[in-house]
Amino acid sequence: MGFSDADLAAIWLTLRLAGVTTLLLLLIGAPIAWWLAHTRSLWKGPVGALVALPLVLPPTVLGFYLLLAMGPQGPVGQFTQWLGIGLLPFSFAGLVVASVFYSLPFVVQPLQNAFEGLGSRPLEVAATLRAGPVDRLFSLVLPLTRSGWLSAAILGFAHTVGEFGVVLMIGGNIPGATQVISVQIYDHVEAMDYTQAHWLSASMLIFSFVVLLLLYSFNRRTRVIL
Amino acid sequence: MSIQPNSLPTRQAGRAWPCARRSSGPWQGLSPLLLGLCGLCLTSGTLAAEVRVAVAANFALPMQQIVAEFERSTGHRAGVSLGGTGKLFAQISHGAPFEVFLAADQRAPARLVAEGKALADSRFTYARGRLVLWSSQPDLLDADASALQQGRFSRLAIANPRVAPYGAAALAVLEGLGLLEMVRPKLVQGENIAQTYQFVASGNAELGFVARSQVMRDGQLQAGSAWPVPERLHPPLRQDAVLLLRGKDNPAARALLAFLRSEAAGSIIQSFGYGL
Repeated sequence: MGFSDADLAAIWLTLRLAGVTTLLLLLIGAPIAWWLAHTRSLWKGPVGALVALPLVLPPTVLGFYLLLAMGPQGPVGQFTQWLGIGLLPFSFAGLVVASVFYSLPFVVQPLQNAFEGLGSRPLEVAATLRAGPVDRLFSLVLPLTRSGWLSAAILGFAHTVGEFGVVLMIGGNIPGATQVISVQIYDHVEAMDYTQAHWLSASMLIFSFVVLLLLYSFNRRTRVIL
Repeated sequence: MSIQPNSLPTRQAGRAWPCARRSSGPWQGLSPLLLGLCGLCLTSGTLAAEVRVAVAANFALPMQQIVAEFERSTGHRAGVSLGGTGKLFAQISHGAPFEVFLAADQRAPARLVAEGKALADSRFTYARGRLVLWSSQPDLLDADASALQQGRFSRLAIANPRVAPYGAAALAVLEGLGLLEMVRPKLVQGENIAQTYQFVASGNAELGFVARSQVMRDGQLQAGSAWPVPERLHPPLRQDAVLLLRGKDNPAARALLAFLRSEAAGSIIQSFGYGL
């Protein structure tokens, strides 16, 4: 036995999805995390709560509303149709959008922790030494929060790989386009094909353990909390 | 109908059993009121019992009515868990506390019988499923489904043919009509017939093969437009029920299976568009 062609396609698709999602999340999440770490606005609470929602919501809630929102009658669906790119459900782009929502807290929160840990003092000192914003970003913020970025990237990636409920609800189970590993495993189990299910499940288990092991051993050295 | 979680039924605070057990204690010490109450529990305990039923997703709506009728006429109670047949099969083979299984096919019940987890002589076909091509748009489908024939749609939803009998039947229809290769790039798959319905109901797929029971009530289409698929286009969708080993000694389990064969249940089943 081993992986079938469909299994391999699912693995490749999942890695691609997690990669694209993680990149996007770092771009979107960093400004949000920065703002959350430094703002004194009254909006800090509501925005923080919004970002954290996927931590407590069942993926079916997210998947259900995404399906409605991205459908032909939904606001997102009407917008994407107006743009001429059609509807997002059942497409790779749709999975990326869903995954960005779904994994947002896993990227924002480690970054926010790192930014808060940095504090504003080093930045003020650098500013009095006439370091410009770009200089402060590259010589201070990025190096000092490196482990926060690493945690965010690894968690965002791993969480997207493990996504199930949302992709099941808006994916449509299309091989090569939306059939990710977790859905493929579910398929095997439903089809009573437990041998194939074991192959993929065991790989996921080992992958997840290794990722978290790397994360924890790295974090122990640099002492940054998750 | 939206996707229903497949949760195990929570045991309704069983009026009968805990009380019946307590009644074996010292009777004299109890106040007359409590005694009377327990007496009441005992009598209803001998008559009414509770049965846990695992039901294939496509049969959700008729089952609601059947259970209501069953509870009213027998006094027994039935807790229903909905799910895909494959998932329910997996749960049952791994010890889920179901006592009766209403599958969407014949394969899963037969396998449970072969594995000694269900009683062979209890197996029977409770309904014959009917397939319908459905759209939530009121004017897309007509009597000869020209929208399907001419490919006037961008997404066609079917249940996953590998695991769902309705999906396999849909595939057979497309193959029989010689349309499979044409529609293949437009196919999306729901994990079961309930999710397939959701894809079409939300408008994300213009067309979808769903169970007739999901869109018809008393022979009337509830919304959108539909093409009832002629039965000769696919192998029959026989849905089998079986008594599971756990329900062997439960009078409510046997009563439910008997009720499923009754005329009352039969007319409910037919009113949802199933054959018998």
